[in-house]
Amino acid sequence: MQTLTQQLANPTRFMDLSARVLPWVAGIAAALIVYGLYLSFFDSPADYQQGETVRIMYIHVPCAWLSMMVYGLIAVSSFGLLVFRHPLADVSAKAAAPIGAAFTFLALLTGSLWGKPMWGTYWVWDARLTSVLILFFLYLGLIALRAAFEDESAGAKLTAVLALVGVTILPIIKFSVNWWNTLHQPSTDFTATVDPSMRWPLLVMALGFTLLFFAMHLKAMRNEVLRRRVKAMRTQAVAGRDRLATQPAE
Amino acid sequence: MQLIAEDLIIERGGRLVIDGLSFAVSAGETLVLAGANGAGKTTLLRTLAGYIRPSAGSVRCDGGDDELTIAEQAHVIGHANAVKSSLTVFENATFWSEFLGSPNETDGHIESALRHFGLDDLAEFPAAYLSAGQRRRLGLSRLLLAKRPLWLLDEPTVSLDVASTERLVSAVNDHTRSGGLAIVATHLPLALERARTLELVSLRMAA
Amino acid sequence: MNSFWALVRRDLRLAVREGGAIGTALGFFLIVVSLMPLGLGPDLNLLARIAAGILWIALLLAALLSLNRIFEADYEDGTLDVLATGTLPLELVATAKSLAHWLTTGIPLALLAPVLGILLNLDLASYPILVGTTLVGTPAVSFLGAIGAALTVKARRGGLLLALVVLPLYVPTLIFGISAVSAAAGPAGMGAAFLILAAISLAAVVLGPIAAAAALRIQLQ
Repeated sequence: MQTLTQQLANPTRFMDLSARVLPWVAGIAAALIVYGLYLSFFDSPADYQQGETVRIMYIHVPCAWLSMMVYGLIAVSSFGLLVFRHPLADVSAKAAAPIGAAFTFLALLTGSLWGKPMWGTYWVWDARLTSVLILFFLYLGLIALRAAFEDESAGAKLTAVLALVGVTILPIIKFSVNWWNTLHQPSTDFTATVDPSMRWPLLVMALGFTLLFFAMHLKAMRNEVLRRRVKAMRTQAVAGRDRLATQPAE
Repeated sequence: MQLIAEDLIIERGGRLVIDGLSFAVSAGETLVLAGANGAGKTTLLRTLAGYIRPSAGSVRCDGGDDELTIAEQAHVIGHANAVKSSLTVFENATFWSEFLGSPNETDGHIESALRHFGLDDLAEFPAAYLSAGQRRRLGLSRLLLAKRPLWLLDEPTVSLDVASTERLVSAVNDHTRSGGLAIVATHLPLALERARTLELVSLRMAA
Repeated sequence: MNSFWALVRRDLRLAVREGGAIGTALGFFLIVVSLMPLGLGPDLNLLARIAAGILWIALLLAALLSLNRIFEADYEDGTLDVLATGTLPLELVATAKSLAHWLTTGIPLALLAPVLGILLNLDLASYPILVGTTLVGTPAVSFLGAIGAALTVKARRGGLLLALVVLPLYVPTLIFGISAVSAAAGPAGMGAAFLILAAISLAAVVLGPIAAAAALRIQLQ
């Protein structure tokens, strides 16, 4: 049974470490977000064009940044699983996908809410929003693929392959969406440069959201490790309760 | 030539199936894998073939072609037959001969392979018309359609009647007599020459 | 290389003998294109403007119907196990099967597209460019689709899952395929978009089988 205990050893160290780190990460994230919200709503100027509604940007931009960062994290984890067979790589990828999808959805939602006052419509097919939408589909694909396999090990590795394919094609997708956008929409560029007075709150919010993600990710990883332990324990219990076994399994 | 397994530890679905198994099979030998269902015979064969990576330990082939992997030097006969119903018996055989074999096989070896398993008169029929036993024999004919030193056979006699089983056994014996190596998982007592038995015990139940 | 062409020939022969799939894909293509005017209204000017887009999208959907069979049949009857023991690398096995799919499904769909263009009042001058773009773009459809097929071979609800996984990968091909057709009518011609479309297909042909083979190895475990 040597390798099974080897498998549990590394996650155990992870569980110890994450238990100690998590409260700090969550605490700092909360502090940053509170500070950032204060800055966003009370300490930064309204936009001369958009008025108060520009403040949605302080949530939208961090969410959009996270949607990409988390996909990158999943790609790195997938690489770690397939190439190095790192025991926690799959836990990381599995935990990150739904959270990344949620932030991507929030980016779309806040982008849409921002759009109504700005462009008069809840959705517009500009390059960035469209790319984020496709990124959302890539996340859905990862989640759906993993869910379709009963064999968790095969599902983990196949999802990892898909993540690496996705990250490879992502730049090409963004390039093609930009191309498409310039063909169909002459220069409605919403990526106007951010005024310096807005940069600091944006940075604070971005940092706070990133730490928030890591706190959620660590927590989700811990849950996943526990879930797998429960599953292993149940599997062993089933073997041990088999009346026809003349000798209980270890 | 030798196939050597050292300290194999194999897990499937979180469950330990093989725990620290070592053995060696030499040219001219047949190793019979025996054991109850679920004892790990199929898992072991698939690991030897290279489909499954063991959690620990190694499988290696000494004296074979160093440029090729074990799978590329082996015939693997599993539970399914790899027979296409829309192709004729002859087309099925020709494909495997071309895909697995080397270009300098003698002409007529396809016919003789089919004849050994009693399928030569059926050559022009689509495989869809074949019975289960005939399809099994067509799958087994791969063994003679391309020359490979290592034979990994998993319950090869399923669906076979007495006469067909005898044809298979004679093919394995011919193979080992000319220096080939065979590992056969089976419950049945087969008249395999130069054979020894490795009994696998299920880790879930002691016999 | 003998084994490579033996595999392609076998797959072509199977496609011809087993019939079904290509007919279904072509029929689906026809029906979806026919539904468009029913949904959008029979205004020929409108249809002419969006014809290239409709044809490309319907083509992608029709291709999806046949993609899941690329590896499924071989997986189910044990052929894949034996293919993996050949001296042909699994990447080239995937290439052979993707190539066979393109020959038996991609090309027929590409050639049917201009015919269906009649239903959509596609501008006559666009016909040759449309065929050009679909012929050049469909290799990407087959080779990227093969990745999805390899990933979903064993999965529950494989067909739908395949669509969800593969459609985002088709976005660049779709965009540049349509872009080449509409640009052709304009002053600059279709040069840049067409070249990029070709480059994407080429990249798919080279890199797709690597991902597909990686997925197949995992399925064989």
